[in-house]
Amino acid sequence: MTKLLDVKNLKTHFNMRGGIVHAVNGVSFHLNEGETLGIVGESGCGKSVTMMSMLRLIKSPPGKVVDGQAIFNNQDLLKMTNEEIRKVRGSRISMIFQDPMTSFNPVLTIGRQMTESLEEHMGMSNKEASDRAIKMLSMVGIPNANERMNNYPHQFSGGMRQRVMIAMALTCNPQILIADEPTTALDVTIQAQIIELVKRLRDSLGMAIIWITHDLGIIAGLADRVAVMYASYIIEEAPVKELYRHPSHPYSMGLLKSLPRVDQTSGHRLASIEGLPPILYKEPRFCPFSPRCVYKTERCLAENPGLQTISQGHQVACWVDVNTGKERK
Amino acid sequence: MTLSDNVLLHVDKLVKHFPITRGIIFQKQIGSVRAVDGISFDIYRGETLGLVGESGCGKTTTGRAILQLQKPTSGRVIFEGIDLVSLEPKELRKMRRKMQMIFQDPYASLNPRMTIGEIIGEPLRLHGLANRKESDEKVVELLKLVGLNPSYANRYPHEFSGGQRQRVGIARSLSLNPSLIVCDEPISALDVSVQAQVVNLLEDLQEKLGLTYLFIAHDLSMVRHISTRVAVMYLGWIVELAGRDELYTHPLHPYTQALLSAVPIPDPYAEELRKRIILEGDVPSPINPPSGCRFRTRCGLASDICTDKVPEYREVSTGHFVACHMVA
Repeated sequence: MTKLLDVKNLKTHFNMRGGIVHAVNGVSFHLNEGETLGIVGESGCGKSVTMMSMLRLIKSPPGKVVDGQAIFNNQDLLKMTNEEIRKVRGSRISMIFQDPMTSFNPVLTIGRQMTESLEEHMGMSNKEASDRAIKMLSMVGIPNANERMNNYPHQFSGGMRQRVMIAMALTCNPQILIADEPTTALDVTIQAQIIELVKRLRDSLGMAIIWITHDLGIIAGLADRVAVMYASYIIEEAPVKELYRHPSHPYSMGLLKSLPRVDQTSGHRLASIEGLPPILYKEPRFCPFSPRCVYKTERCLAENPGLQTISQGHQVACWVDVNTGKERK
Repeated sequence: MTLSDNVLLHVDKLVKHFPITRGIIFQKQIGSVRAVDGISFDIYRGETLGLVGESGCGKTTTGRAILQLQKPTSGRVIFEGIDLVSLEPKELRKMRRKMQMIFQDPYASLNPRMTIGEIIGEPLRLHGLANRKESDEKVVELLKLVGLNPSYANRYPHEFSGGQRQRVGIARSLSLNPSLIVCDEPISALDVSVQAQVVNLLEDLQEKLGLTYLFIAHDLSMVRHISTRVAVMYLGWIVELAGRDELYTHPLHPYTQALLSAVPIPDPYAEELRKRIILEGDVPSPINPPSGCRFRTRCGLASDICTDKVPEYREVSTGHFVACHMVA
């Protein structure tokens, strides 16, 4: 497998009134060709900021990417000129967002918004671009694509709007599609439609996907590999089945246990993780999860564990082996 | 129909239509949004009735129409033997003590200018049930009950996290010792790790205080966990109602089947084996719903009778109600 994207030690800070918020704290991950990587975490854990930092979409000030590299096609995205990164965004790497209403321009027709990137990135004529846009809209299941090109975003329902956004993101045949909670605002039956659509398109177009979500259910059926984020760190990373069968960080374990399942009746109370995720104003000298952790030892309070490999492709940032309850070496 | 002692709330052919008008001075009604269109069900004492459905199906309106926060267009809501719809405002106010609501958005439902103590004590003072001192004592007791430190009473809502605010909302709803609490999506605005905390609290309180819940939600996994019985709504109708395990293991209505199959399971092995029923299209508009069965436009089994005739909401086995022509 070839690495399509390799992010190393990414760090992003936000200069806020209360101090410097460490929103991304030395995050490293990679993405192979044709692979789907799930990034899971609660709100504020840094999953979206990681993606935005990589694509240089962080507003500065207050935000700043202070360290790291993001190698894509042998080039560092973080060192590119503005002109170069513009060519990558929207054509080689595209992004779809949670709220399709706010990511469209409400005063332009869908057609105009779709053809814009084709003319800009692929140098197509107006006619070619509009043919391609209609083809894309039909591919994502928009009926009467020809006529709908002249509609404005508010004339589409939530699910349809998300389809249009996917069509728009795929017009330039990207190598990577970054999906930032694209189904969170949708109803379950519509969510199922969108996920089926993305799977179908992934298999036919062969693109790689980074899917960001807080929903461990969606990831289970979609991703090949999963990274769990907590308090601006990746705290566990593993192939999808390995993570769900052998979660090895107390946080991932707790999350999985706290979820009820639609296919089973749990006769008992839900396991809950007490406390709240922290906001990091400096790099902690201790494990950021330790205040909520039931396994914590003295070492957790003295030293922040880095990711270490515990089995093939499975990395975890925890001093304690949760299976035995003993400290790792 | 006689009401057995066990029935706390009896809802009979409840209808709530919102008028659509045209004109500024001379308003003329040109149609109506048929948010809730003739639903009937009972809630038994001490149980949790889950009410599920997609956005816009009328679940929230149902909750609000039961509490008379929105006057029903027609139908009866019989709570502890009294029909709330025909009550005088003064009488209704007294009944309101016994039914409270927990709201979805813990940020919008607490007045930012009041302290937590004032918010929780307000219902007591408004109903003239306690003087300052008694209400302060009650606030301390309630804060402890929902797992908050009593010293927080002098703080303001913005100082709290979403989960803590939801606890404040729960404490407020408990201040008048209600018997029924309508929980309108109480956890959907919360983070995953905090949702379990709030659900556990709701369950503990139910056990301790003998509360009855109408639990409105779209998260079908959580509804399976918390409910005794579950009702499924679609476009203003209840299409199926059954005991929790019966509904989840033997769903009869095609909509319930599709809905359940669409919920992702946090287990990659189970996901591999699942068969999804993907519904085509979107939910039709409640202004002009389809004739006959409202689900027929998205239903794989629909035939002529579904277009012509409204399916009867009937009991097919003990306690299992369904509205579908295709169910034997």
